[in-house]
Amino acid sequence: MAEVKGELQTQEFELNMGPQHPSTHGVYRARLTLDGEKVVKVENIIGYLHRGIEKLAEDRTYTQFIPYTDRLDYLSGMLNNLGYVQTVEKALGIEVPERAEYLRVIMAELSRMASHMVAIASFVLDVSGWTAWFPPFRERERILDLFEMTCGSRMTVSYMRIGGVAADIPPEFLPALKSLLDDLPQFIEQMHALISGNEIFIGRCKGVGKLDIETALAYGVTGPNLRASGLPFDLRKAQPYGCYDRFEFDIPVLTNGDSYDRYLIRLLEIEQSARIIRQAMESLPDGEIMAKVPRVIKLPPGDYYHQIEASKGILGFYLVSDGGTKPYRLHIHSPSFVNLGAIPKLTEGSLIQDFVVTFASIDIVLGDVDR
Amino acid sequence: MAIEGIFTAIIEFCQGLLAGTPSWLQTLGLGVLYLVGVLAFVFLNVLYLIYLERKLSAYVQERIGPNRFGPHGLLQSIADAVKILGKEDITPRGADKWVYIIAPIVIFIPATMLYAVIPFGKDLIAADLNIGVFYFLAVASTTTIAILMGGWSSNNKYSLLGAMRAVAQIISYEIPLAFSIVGVVMLAGSLQTSQIVAAQEGTWNIVLQPLAFIIFFIAANAEINRGPFDLVEGEQEIVAGPYVDYTAMRFGMFYLSEYANLLSMSALAVTLFLGGWHGPWLPSWLWFFIKLYIMIYIFMWVRWTFPRIRIDHLMGFNWKVLLPLSLANILVTGVGIKIYQLITIGRW
Repeated sequence: MAEVKGELQTQEFELNMGPQHPSTHGVYRARLTLDGEKVVKVENIIGYLHRGIEKLAEDRTYTQFIPYTDRLDYLSGMLNNLGYVQTVEKALGIEVPERAEYLRVIMAELSRMASHMVAIASFVLDVSGWTAWFPPFRERERILDLFEMTCGSRMTVSYMRIGGVAADIPPEFLPALKSLLDDLPQFIEQMHALISGNEIFIGRCKGVGKLDIETALAYGVTGPNLRASGLPFDLRKAQPYGCYDRFEFDIPVLTNGDSYDRYLIRLLEIEQSARIIRQAMESLPDGEIMAKVPRVIKLPPGDYYHQIEASKGILGFYLVSDGGTKPYRLHIHSPSFVNLGAIPKLTEGSLIQDFVVTFASIDIVLGDVDR
Repeated sequence: MAIEGIFTAIIEFCQGLLAGTPSWLQTLGLGVLYLVGVLAFVFLNVLYLIYLERKLSAYVQERIGPNRFGPHGLLQSIADAVKILGKEDITPRGADKWVYIIAPIVIFIPATMLYAVIPFGKDLIAADLNIGVFYFLAVASTTTIAILMGGWSSNNKYSLLGAMRAVAQIISYEIPLAFSIVGVVMLAGSLQTSQIVAAQEGTWNIVLQPLAFIIFFIAANAEINRGPFDLVEGEQEIVAGPYVDYTAMRFGMFYLSEYANLLSMSALAVTLFLGGWHGPWLPSWLWFFIKLYIMIYIFMWVRWTFPRIRIDHLMGFNWKVLLPLSLANILVTGVGIKIYQLITIGRW
């Protein structure tokens, strides 16, 4: 046998993951530098879903812009609506009727639950737990049915209005909501039975993509991802907006900051959302659903910022007005975009399989990233 | 019973037709008969295994599954097969053309060759080799080459990753697979599949070798790229692994051989551990099929229950858990056989 001179050479290679790939959740693209199965370098490439929503806002009136917010994080349309209309209301100082506030809370929390269910489902799917994909999507279907019976649309709801909500709930809404909430513990139990305790699942997620508090804060990561790292920060408690200060709920916190905790915290948050909805249902006041709002909305010159706790983190709207009927400039601080920034940090040095799992556990929506 | 001997009767009838012809023609005629039988068996089974897999996964996931074409969707697989035949056949630019074309054929040949040594019923075995089990393992391991060929020649990075995984996984898991069978071979005292089945007339090997059966089941799952060990395809990471660029019937061949391998592995499990065709009342081949489909059902059940394992866990599990356990099993079996001999015939 001929003697091999020197060491055998290995070569790193680049792999384009996405924009068409089963587990990039839309049109995200990662340029991975791989050493065999090991990820050496990750480069986020975004913009495949850029629709120029911020620029479009400059040519729409304040009311006309509401439907565009549905298309930001299209998995939680209600929350985007809420963030935007509250920004305008804050600028105008509009008092929203009680009933509308409560309906907003119910809808927003339902939307958060739906969004978390998709996050959980797509996460277990990316670990290849095909069967556990179904229970969350089945429950989410019922939430979307509730949206449909209220405002006629399932995902792009456009339900919130400046000064209130678009429509009152139909009589069959509350019984359906109640049965949904009653079935939730069963759903959560089912998830635990199907996948949470599975040895392979734990092996795939525990300790994978660890995010400590310092790094999370340095990258500006918010929402469930931050709470899974151990910081109990939730805008609903820290800076209550709407009527959140009237409800009793906990902020679930987990300490490991790995993919498994990021999965688990979403299940816990679903439980808390259900708690809020129950309280809002019980004390739902009667009355108007729209405040008196001027026909033509003009914001006084100046800039306004308002942020809410969306399902994926802090969602902020920054409005600059020159006194006209249209915003001079709108900037959206989207949680997905910010959270995505931490991906290279979390995944470099891991395996491709870990990359997929970590990416899924961060839970981004490309509509929100690219805007 | 008349049903018992239905297949052997067919063979004898064909032999009768060929009587008086030169002996080479008789051998050839019988060979063709066996081949047609095996191919018909494989194709029919694969078509309906795909349907079964879809239906089973649907029931696991509380869905309905295919139910449009034919009663209960029974013709769905045929529609799928026709569709896949009608697809455009693409050879990617930059592919290693001949290797790319040959790979799907190379993977399918061993998948059918395996059935030569499976005893489907009493006296119902195509070639009763005296090294039957060895032959099975040797032929089954050539699948790796075909997957590597497909993965390499596609000139695609995903395929290459999948092919590398296939080589690492299949070769590693072959070792515990072979070692788990050693215990069974020791009990029967033969590598001949018919002998192994004959040795199980009283007690099935699954009772005597429960650990070996579990090791065999896990390693077989990895060997045929199913269940929690489908890293080769790894849809969420590397899309479809070596099969990414294959289209039309070339992809169909890979797909077909995957199910053919599932079938042959289940058949081997039945032969080695579940007493082969032994069973009361019913004809022997019917017993074999009943056990075969129970085995396949378990394989499918596992696949739709577990998430996919990670590549380093896969390797660690193989070398640190399965291999020592299978070696220990051989030792225990050896000691057990000697003690049994001491008790029954009074000497080592």
